[in-house]
Amino acid sequence: MNILALHPLLQVANPNLPPTSTGVFFIATIVKMLIVFTVYMIGVALLTLAERKVSAWIQDRHGPNRVGGKGGWLQPAADGLKNFMKEETMPAGVNKPLFVLAPIMSFIPALTTWCVIPFGAPLPTRWGRIDMVVADLPVGFLFILALGSLGVYGVVLAGWASNNKYSLLGGLRSSAQMVSYEVSMGMSTIPVLLLAGNVTLNTVINQQAWGGWNVVNLTIAFFIFMVAAFAETNRLPFDLPEAESELIAGYHTEYSAMKFSLFFIAEYANMVTASALMVTLFFGGWDVPFTSHDNIGPYSGWLTLLSVGIYLAKVMFFLFTFMWIRWTLPRFRYDQLMSLGWKFMLPLALSYIVIVAMMMLLLEIAGIHPGVFYATILGAVNVILVIVLFAVLDRGRIISPAYGRMHPEELKRLRRLASRSTLSTEASS
Amino acid sequence: MDPHYPLIYVFHFYLFGVIAIASALAFVTRKSPVSAALWLVNTMFSLSVLFVMLDAPFIGVMQVLVYAGAIMVVFLFVVMLLNLGHPSDLADVRGGWWKIGAGVFGLVMLAEIWVVSKTRLSGDLVLPPGANESALAKLGAVGAIAQPLFKDYLLAFELTSVLLLIAIAGAVILGRKVGTSAR
Repeated sequence: MNILALHPLLQVANPNLPPTSTGVFFIATIVKMLIVFTVYMIGVALLTLAERKVSAWIQDRHGPNRVGGKGGWLQPAADGLKNFMKEETMPAGVNKPLFVLAPIMSFIPALTTWCVIPFGAPLPTRWGRIDMVVADLPVGFLFILALGSLGVYGVVLAGWASNNKYSLLGGLRSSAQMVSYEVSMGMSTIPVLLLAGNVTLNTVINQQAWGGWNVVNLTIAFFIFMVAAFAETNRLPFDLPEAESELIAGYHTEYSAMKFSLFFIAEYANMVTASALMVTLFFGGWDVPFTSHDNIGPYSGWLTLLSVGIYLAKVMFFLFTFMWIRWTLPRFRYDQLMSLGWKFMLPLALSYIVIVAMMMLLLEIAGIHPGVFYATILGAVNVILVIVLFAVLDRGRIISPAYGRMHPEELKRLRRLASRSTLSTEASS
Repeated sequence: MDPHYPLIYVFHFYLFGVIAIASALAFVTRKSPVSAALWLVNTMFSLSVLFVMLDAPFIGVMQVLVYAGAIMVVFLFVVMLLNLGHPSDLADVRGGWWKIGAGVFGLVMLAEIWVVSKTRLSGDLVLPPGANESALAKLGAVGAIAQPLFKDYLLAFELTSVLLLIAIAGAVILGRKVGTSAR
């Protein structure tokens, strides 16, 4: 028995093998937890500033520029301070325990998901090789799906406990939306897991490092996953649970001060998690592009630093995409949202699983093993599928449920009505 | 419980066992349907922890994903749509005989647990030590379930899926409005 810390600190192990002593594992895990939590929380705070800066840039404004110099860098701190100082309101008729529980339950799943996402190449130390992931679970990706499915509780409970019609409507909308899109999200990742052959995220990243990034081989799966991720995080164009023009602020109408802030943090935390998942599943995770020596040992500290940097850069690109789309696209209508999820995305995801599985089976029968040639065939088939889906079928035939199909006669009638109301009656006869 | 388990294992086994039983009790005694549903979710979580401790991480995760993440959310959804009113307005319409019957049934179940915990399993039913770990290492968490499910028990699996399909078809037919044609 070693006295926890002292003995393993002095011990020198093979830097390229996992640490043998429990104490090292214990300390390394705690250090990783602290680092991930700190970076995550600071990142989320800065994201609120980034959102305002990006929106200002897109709308040709200045954005926050007073607190902390010209860039407004201290704005998140000022916001946080304000939220601590404000009054915690508790409206009449709320279900008190659930009202308090709801913001916590929306925040914790988003945070916990991070413990299984690998964020860098393993770090060799004198106490053994430290993997850059807080907990490398054997069920990796399923753990993320399971926790992701719990995020809906916070929203639903907030809507119900608030004792407010708008909140309740927001909560109901969100539960229907999140349950619908979760199905497509899970289904869209099955081709990725089929290719990797296992559900641990390290296997997925290794497979991509050798066989090409999944976004090149499985573009349609990435497309479905990205759309579903937007719906799961309740971001525009899927922010119906808090549609201001209809529901005031949706499920968090009655929340103030730090409780509201928790919902706000949870939204950004979910965004970070969704971006990290897109990077891990489809963009090679921490894999440094166009190199191969980062995939095999011997690892070094510099390599770890480089891979973590590459990983953060990839995640930031997707965070920017989230904001970019928010300030570009308008909101869906509710029936469009539901028909897009159930009539288009789910059948597409299911048929894509069949296609990918058949392709893998055919390649196996043909005796082609995973490698460059295998990846090339997958990529070529993928290009054909993408052209078929986005250029041929998407002409009012498949994605039409999303905008509500209209009979040609009805369209003509509407056009006639529109032309009659203007001064020139013969303009569009 | 065998004495050779590490202390930390035994501690967590009893901790989550007690949480599971306490949450289950709270689940059946709460009057508000929403809090009852949440206590049931808590029970699911504790059961999931126990599955993970038994080297069955896949079943543990599925417990959370399917029961807590999907089924209970739909339950909550329905409860909120019905909005049954304040819990104090809700009264149990069942009489005293039901309570006595439930108590007797509970005692029978307790007796069964006691009997089961006292019997010794035959050797065929006991896995050799380390079998779970080696299966996990060889096949991965999903493969360890998938191999028997899609090879040894394929027929039973397919029959179950047909049963579920029948249930879905039945729900669609029952939910259809009378007088309108199926769309």
